[in-house]
Amino acid sequence: MVNDKSAVVERANTRFGWFRAYAAGVPLLAWLLGALVAVLLEQTAGDVLAAILGLPKVPVLFGCMIMLKEPTLIPSALIFVALIYGAPILLLGKVLARPGNWVAARLMSWPIAVPVILHLVVLYAIMYFWSDVSLYRMLTLRLTLIAIMLTLSLNLINGYMGEFSCSHPGFMALGAYAASTVMVGLFVNDRLFGEALLPAFLGPFMFPVALVIGGVVAALGALLIAIPSFKTRGDYLAIISLAFLFIVKSMFENLQFLGGARGIKGQPDYADLPTVFCWTVLCIWIINNFVRSTLGKALNAVRDDEMAAEAMTVNTRFTKMVAFLFAAFWAGIAGGLFAHTVRFINPGTFDLKRLAELLAMVYFGGLNSVYGSIVGAVSINLLGEMLRPLALYKWIVIPLLLILVMIYRPTGLVAFKEFNVRKLVQPKRKPEEEV
Amino acid sequence: MQLFFQHLINALQWGSFYALIALGYSMVYGILMLFNFAHGDIFMVGAYIGFGVATALAALAAMSALALPNWLILVLTILIAMYLTSFVGMLVERIGYRPLREAPRASAAITGLMIGIILETGNLAILGAQRIRFPSLIKTSVYDIGGVVVTNKKIMIVVVSLVLMLALNEFIRRTRWGMAMRAMAFDYVVIPLMGVPLNTIASLTFALGSALAAAAGILFAVAYPVLDPYIGITYGWKAFVAAILGGRGSVKGACLAGFLLGFIEIFVGAYLSSSLRDLIAYSIILLILVFRPHGFFGEPHSAKLRL
Repeated sequence: MVNDKSAVVERANTRFGWFRAYAAGVPLLAWLLGALVAVLLEQTAGDVLAAILGLPKVPVLFGCMIMLKEPTLIPSALIFVALIYGAPILLLGKVLARPGNWVAARLMSWPIAVPVILHLVVLYAIMYFWSDVSLYRMLTLRLTLIAIMLTLSLNLINGYMGEFSCSHPGFMALGAYAASTVMVGLFVNDRLFGEALLPAFLGPFMFPVALVIGGVVAALGALLIAIPSFKTRGDYLAIISLAFLFIVKSMFENLQFLGGARGIKGQPDYADLPTVFCWTVLCIWIINNFVRSTLGKALNAVRDDEMAAEAMTVNTRFTKMVAFLFAAFWAGIAGGLFAHTVRFINPGTFDLKRLAELLAMVYFGGLNSVYGSIVGAVSINLLGEMLRPLALYKWIVIPLLLILVMIYRPTGLVAFKEFNVRKLVQPKRKPEEEV
Repeated sequence: MQLFFQHLINALQWGSFYALIALGYSMVYGILMLFNFAHGDIFMVGAYIGFGVATALAALAAMSALALPNWLILVLTILIAMYLTSFVGMLVERIGYRPLREAPRASAAITGLMIGIILETGNLAILGAQRIRFPSLIKTSVYDIGGVVVTNKKIMIVVVSLVLMLALNEFIRRTRWGMAMRAMAFDYVVIPLMGVPLNTIASLTFALGSALAAAAGILFAVAYPVLDPYIGITYGWKAFVAAILGGRGSVKGACLAGFLLGFIEIFVGAYLSSSLRDLIAYSIILLILVFRPHGFFGEPHSAKLRL
């Protein structure tokens, strides 16, 4: 007991110690419920509170935009965020810790799928109510979820495999164009593809098929890179993939039946929040299982020492190929979702700027880590939106931040950490209760 | 045939831009084994510094404070801009690469990329989005050689770039500093133990590359006097591909690949369609890399290298 206490004190002395000490023993479920209450509170009392505090409207992204636009409103925005988000999450999380732990412990006796699905349902409810406030939030949230998929799949190559791939926007473009062609061609009366071929009610059923087609097309494109570049080791992939990105972009600019430089617009609006959420969860689940499988570990072995891995009977070329195609497949699916979220794509969408953004997300969050990908995608994406009032200077602040992260944590914020779902959903007992 | 030679001259001009930029990438890659993704933007900064210097000198000359002929202004502009831009290069190395010497190589590539974005945005923020006209210092005079139209600017661009390339080659092959650079490219783990200062050589490499990029920027501005902040990202990345195509750290290779890229682009644009330029250029490069994985003059990597 004494030892446990000193452990708590010791942890409290480290970074964010006060928060860690406060949060010890609070299970994820309690936090999620707290957040759910917070978003519900915002929906019911947000307008009133904003009016009382003199804010023009409910702050869209945690008050950041208001604070940057009108510095005089900083205190009110901070109070709003503290009252609506901070207080309910922190207080309820603590209050619900005990019942939350009890429920989580009960749930653990079921198969792992049950508690996981329950957590996901609560998470989805939070996202639903949060994004219900404005269309802008909805779009930001969907794009963030898609960014998680992209970051995770790029992390597979740059982190788990240890190569440097520059072709991810290219895979995204392949997926986006393939999925858009299928959906727009079949279900929309369009200038490019003519009359709709199928009745509209089939659309939602065809959508996953179109996405998978997009993923497969992207994987086939990846095969073009993979065959030459994995023959030898070295920095080969970086160059070939960069050339591939230019080729893909230029190809779409020249394919007139796909709209040429003007691109495709008017994708049907099937990529709504539940769809994107489901795909993202599926992507995280599958990629997480992949990197924890034998093949995933073989991939790490190849990264750390290719010769040793080869000596240990790892088929290095096959391993790299599979991982690369797999990553491209998910990038293609994310590209399809992206096309149907933004509902307009042209070759210029998939340029070097997007490459820089994706690389930033991967390296900011952390290599070789599912957590890191989620952290990187969410923070860079939200940061990009929050700093929107800074206009141009946004592109000075974010790169500076990334340079600092690279200097002080060269592999990213949460690198080399396993994403253990069981550990995440299990009850967290206070140190005293563990005895 | 006339037309062919006409395109050939254009190709030589574009090839010199690409080759000069590619040299900077190639040197950093050869010596430090790092991708300097900021290099394209250093090219852009070089062009803008050149613009500043040229405008200032031209203004001085106009006020008759200094009676400089225009050709001298251009020469001075190139030299001063090369000198100033080399400091930008060293700064990039100091901020983005030196703190990350022990880190994974990809992390340094990311800092380079981010510094590039900062340079580009900083330029936009300081000078605004409007394009800038580079002062026209020399009058274009047109020579007609057997039906092929050659301007004095084109000749100057090609000659100046060739002189710079030869100078670099001589520097690397004949001087002590050049020898240190070559040694570092051979093995950057052991050579520092023999008393060659790694940091100095790294700075020197960045400075040389940046100076060449600045020269390329000014020559570019002489040929196409309208500058915008995105020239770095448009042409720099292409030169990067050329640099790798030339082979690791090979001056000859980078020049050759730069000219090759210029040739492919111009001739595809001339005989097929200019929108197919990138598609065909990179497809050819991809094919070459499939059959010559280490570029024209490169050597295979050692097995230890991982990003």
